[in-house]
Amino acid sequence: MSDKIRSVDPATVEMLEKIGDMSTMFSRAEEMKVCTFGSEGSCCRVCAMGPCRLGGKSKNGREKTGVCGATMHTVAARNLARSVAAGASAHADHGRAVAMTFLAAAKGEAPGYGIKDETKLMVVAGHFGIETEGKTVQEVAIALGEAALAEYGKQTGTPMMYVKRATEKRKKIWEELQIFPRGFDREVVQLMHQTHAGTDQDAEHILMSSVRCALADGWGGSMMATDLQDIMFGTPKPLRAEANLGILKEKEVNIILHGHEPLLSEKIVDSATSPEMIEYAKSKGAEGITLGGICCTGNEVLMRRGVGPAGNVLQQELAIATGVVDAMIVDVQCVFQGLVEVAEKYHTKVITTNERAMMTGAEHIQFDEHNAIETAKTIVKAAVDNFANRKGDVFIPDHKKPMVAGFSHEYIKYMLGGKFRGSFRPLNDAIISGRIQGAVAIVGCNNPRTTHDDSHRFLVEEFLKRDILVVVTGCAAQGAAKAGYLTPETMEMAGPGLKEICETVGIPPVLHLGSCVDNSRILTVLNEVVTEGGLGEDVSDLPAVGLAPEWYSEKALTIALYCVASGADVIFGGVGAPYRASSEMMRLTTEGFKEKFGATFEFYPTKEEILEATIAKIQAKRKALGIDTQKERVLFDMEMRRELNV
Amino acid sequence: MSKIIATSAIRGAHETVNLAEAKIKEAIDSKGANHEVAFPNTGYFLPVIYALTGEKIEKVSDMEKVLKIAKDLLPEEPSESLWLPYLGGTLDAGIATLFGAEMIMALRYIGIGDAPVTDLYVGAADDVIMRARGVEFVDGSAPGFAAIVGAAPSVEQAVAMARDLQQKNLYTFIAGSTDGVCFADQLVEGGVEIGWDTRLVPFDPHVYGHIYSIGFATRAAMAFGGVQPGDYERTLRYNKNRVFAFVVALGEVDPVKYAAAAGAINYGFPAIADTDIPEILPTGVCTYEHVVANVPFEDIIQKSIEVRGLKIKIDKVPIPVAYGAAFEGERIRKDDLYCEFGGSKSEAFELLLMKDMEEVEDNKIELVGPDLKDMEEKKAYPMAIVVEVAGRKMQKDFEPILERQIHHLINGAEGVMHVSQRDVMWIRVGKKAVEKGFGLADIGRILHTKILNEFPAIVDKVQVTIITEADKVHELLEVARKEYHDRDERVSGLTDENVDTFYSCTLCQSFAPTHLCIITPQRLGLCGAYNWLDGKASFEINPTGPNQPVLKGETLNEEKGEWAGINEYLSRASNGAIQRLYAYSMMENPMTSCGCFEAIIAHLPLVDEDTGDVRSGFMVVNRDYAGQTPFGMTFSTMAGLVGGGLQNPGMAGVGKYFLGSPKFLSADGGFARVVWMPKELKEQLAGILEGQAERTGDPDFLNKIADETNALTMEEVGAFAKSKSHPALSMDMLG
Repeated sequence: MSDKIRSVDPATVEMLEKIGDMSTMFSRAEEMKVCTFGSEGSCCRVCAMGPCRLGGKSKNGREKTGVCGATMHTVAARNLARSVAAGASAHADHGRAVAMTFLAAAKGEAPGYGIKDETKLMVVAGHFGIETEGKTVQEVAIALGEAALAEYGKQTGTPMMYVKRATEKRKKIWEELQIFPRGFDREVVQLMHQTHAGTDQDAEHILMSSVRCALADGWGGSMMATDLQDIMFGTPKPLRAEANLGILKEKEVNIILHGHEPLLSEKIVDSATSPEMIEYAKSKGAEGITLGGICCTGNEVLMRRGVGPAGNVLQQELAIATGVVDAMIVDVQCVFQGLVEVAEKYHTKVITTNERAMMTGAEHIQFDEHNAIETAKTIVKAAVDNFANRKGDVFIPDHKKPMVAGFSHEYIKYMLGGKFRGSFRPLNDAIISGRIQGAVAIVGCNNPRTTHDDSHRFLVEEFLKRDILVVVTGCAAQGAAKAGYLTPETMEMAGPGLKEICETVGIPPVLHLGSCVDNSRILTVLNEVVTEGGLGEDVSDLPAVGLAPEWYSEKALTIALYCVASGADVIFGGVGAPYRASSEMMRLTTEGFKEKFGATFEFYPTKEEILEATIAKIQAKRKALGIDTQKERVLFDMEMRRELNV
Repeated sequence: MSKIIATSAIRGAHETVNLAEAKIKEAIDSKGANHEVAFPNTGYFLPVIYALTGEKIEKVSDMEKVLKIAKDLLPEEPSESLWLPYLGGTLDAGIATLFGAEMIMALRYIGIGDAPVTDLYVGAADDVIMRARGVEFVDGSAPGFAAIVGAAPSVEQAVAMARDLQQKNLYTFIAGSTDGVCFADQLVEGGVEIGWDTRLVPFDPHVYGHIYSIGFATRAAMAFGGVQPGDYERTLRYNKNRVFAFVVALGEVDPVKYAAAAGAINYGFPAIADTDIPEILPTGVCTYEHVVANVPFEDIIQKSIEVRGLKIKIDKVPIPVAYGAAFEGERIRKDDLYCEFGGSKSEAFELLLMKDMEEVEDNKIELVGPDLKDMEEKKAYPMAIVVEVAGRKMQKDFEPILERQIHHLINGAEGVMHVSQRDVMWIRVGKKAVEKGFGLADIGRILHTKILNEFPAIVDKVQVTIITEADKVHELLEVARKEYHDRDERVSGLTDENVDTFYSCTLCQSFAPTHLCIITPQRLGLCGAYNWLDGKASFEINPTGPNQPVLKGETLNEEKGEWAGINEYLSRASNGAIQRLYAYSMMENPMTSCGCFEAIIAHLPLVDEDTGDVRSGFMVVNRDYAGQTPFGMTFSTMAGLVGGGLQNPGMAGVGKYFLGSPKFLSADGGFARVVWMPKELKEQLAGILEGQAERTGDPDFLNKIADETNALTMEEVGAFAKSKSHPALSMDMLG
């Protein structure tokens, strides 16, 4: 074991202590040396003339290139592009699964699924240019489902439907750079094509194509996943829950929902909370059924159903090691193979449910939207039946914190003015007046290469003190929840301005916006804030920064690119830029992006540097907006009133 | 701390909605579900409910649906710990409170609960009041209103606050009590005249009475702003950005008061309290802070104005009594009378003349003859007020405009009443004013200060001579009469043909954002307050103001009144919504209407019962007439169809005096089409109507116009017209 502190989360610390030298991500990260070439993007393995390790000078003194002559810049850009394509694919394919279920539900072919939020259905249909006047809910839903699916295979070269929602200024930028995303499948396929040996060998061009693919994710796949899920399962509004491994109950059947898609897990929640199943659990000697979430499936069922998060991505193996998890139901993304090995030591059934994500050694029960209720029942029943097989090596860390989650952008608008006056005006006013200095989105994953949850906790606390509003998604959100920061009482930690706003609205100073596809909610909020007025003309004018201090996944890179391209500064922490071997790529993603998008993508290794850089960016934006000093109150005479919009 | 407010307001909202439910049940039990329920004389039903939900409450059972809406809006009180967000829910609770309160108050009109109108309390404002007073909000003469809740610490402080509000030209709407005492009680005890005329309006001793304040503001949005019922977003945005109102909470604030304040905050009306309650300072729903507390009583109005974001210009007039538009409506009754001038009791007149710069000595105020202190109480004395003005941009044409200001300028002094104009003017001075040291030279001071302040672009110097010597007054009266005569001649010589420029008027866009008036010499503004000369003067005074010259350009149709320049202007200014205007027609491309028109003209088909022949007549109904019309609607209901800045053939809002114009709907047949108007209007306009009758060669015409005493249905009007051989029956059918 190295000297690095593995985690600051007490439940994790206690679990690691309990399991001793059992293999986990924490121990394997310590054993596995990072490949230097791979980590900085200088290794090219796209063809069999290589793999080529670039870096340094060749014998005649020239910069080393690949056998084909590809420069370090091309290689680094190509490596990033492939990651972005994979990340975008993950979100887009998630969106596709949702759209297919949505369409089946609209057609009445998916029992158990329906339209929960008709208002949002009409709004989203409007974004897709679907005529709603005089149509039934079902007709609109079918049209929307078809239009959503059509976005995948769109070949016409016209921009995807959602991008119309961006500000005029932003759309003009994308148009000029020719990076309007067209269709998901096309963007991913084309990008992969561009990275084939001997194809696109211009770093900047590869990078801009990566940005276009990322935009297809942010303003397409992710946004669609979020919106269609909201329509089917209900748009989140605040609810209470508890977070961390301490939510598991020794005397109850414990089921963990892990992965990223809520399609099946929604039905599992229905089934596990049904009197029939609870009765069945009791018949097997359990006192009831407890559900817990991990990763973004956890966030999905938290946001809409109040299922408490048992932990974030690095705690998946530890959850099983409590000895009380009777089944861990997994779908896609961030579900690690190490689970099987841990599960073998306990009684836990690891059940894969998605044909995209099978795992050797796990039990597979295929999810089928046409038969979801039955599938869910079978799975819950299997978990209950497994209760009797517990091996006795039980340890549940006594750590859990209360939390409030469920902040959709629709609810944020509502909470600031009610049903009749809902708008972003109070938020804009708070930023203009300086009560709120700015906003940061702390998103993304955990990474065993850094101290688990450390940056999340540190940054939340420091931002709050400085009157900076924090929104969270993904595993970062669970990190903040486990620290107890998602309670309204946390406003006591905030500076006086932010505290006053929290007091007025009744909110925690840290708002949980959902899963990682729900980062699209952040895009919507930023857009609406700009539209509300008083804070510049575009997202790039806002004193807002996106942070992923403990990122690990390719999806994080995709998210970063679509955020920057949308005008938001993004800072990553922990490990360095996966293209840092190329000075040109470093320039293109900082100065280059600044010039094109008004925002940069930067990497800082320590939390302190992230903090400092973020605050500097926020203050610079405030200054540019002219809101760094208090303005005199404007009093309105009749003439001035005539100028006001009614 | 605002969690305390939220908790309290939500509690008050539940209390209110529960009470409404009980009252509705009581009404159904005692009166029946189908019993009609309404506020007096309004076309807007229960206006807050109507505007925010689109629901029309006409009978008791209609309330049940709204009760359900209100209940659905009610959130739970925030929990002690781990509370969920409460601001949105509290604001919703505020709306639920308004709905509950409006139903509770409406039910009082059918005998469920206390009587809505008493000797002291005026109850709901009807549409006549709303429109007439609404105009003052439109033109800025009333910059907003203060909704007072509770009572001042003492009667003296209440009086001082009321006077302060009056001097700031604000309306004061009063409802709610503290320990059983209402601000209105205190004003009465302090000898202050209250009522609509003095802008101190006592609605009700319960805070629910402020539903009338909110209802007034809500109807303004629909009547002037063209907001459609059910469009809650625009209703509320209109109020936030146009109706500058605020709540002044005096004394203890209980849950129901908090709940009502939460309702007001939805409208953008903040609450300012003199007690130590929690505050909500962040901005956003209101323009600035939402709840400001612990403000010392003496500072509370000034603070409220700042919090609402209101800019009020007050001219300090150097006289010993208070001054402000709110005093214009004050009456001086016999018992309070010190002495009076004119009013057919003595010779009196007022005259304003333009002079050369060197002939006027600015601020020279001269009194010729005895002053008040030398006069006997209760007697009438002669008086001449001669105002001489000079200015580089002054024009002879502006004399009558400035002279017409004398009425409201003098009236603004507390304890002084001025009625009418020219040689029929009448001034009464009250005892209290004289006690405070008011002298006749103060009239000169008022005129000097105010004319200079209000017309700085055209007037540089003002001198005033007040004469009370009988001989001199008598002698000058002849001079004045000649001047009046010459002016009338000049104005009657002004026709649409002999000018090349008309004036636009967008003054009411502060209230009616889509309406555009075109004022011609022969068609005055529909509010009745602005004629062509006013437009011209207003442009001189404020070249970027609401009245802009519009070149007529090529005459496209002389008969219908269509000019290329006017069309171009309207198209541009309305963003293409209006392409053409026929100034002399109501049936084709008519002028749009805001909400402040004095009268409505409507097309009335005249059916001959015997032959089945149909002809077109016009009916005219004025704002003050509350009764039914042959159109089958009251003025209020019709007004709902006319306003909103849309071209609406077959109906138009007009200024009353347009009836005297030779161009009065001349393209549609003109004055000879008029078949019905309320009796009172006929009498009021007798002079100009007779002139029109003469001009059309039918001196008996007035007797051919039916009124409510002889015809109240379309059929009756048709029969009446036939019996009188009305000329409209021999004209072609329109439309």
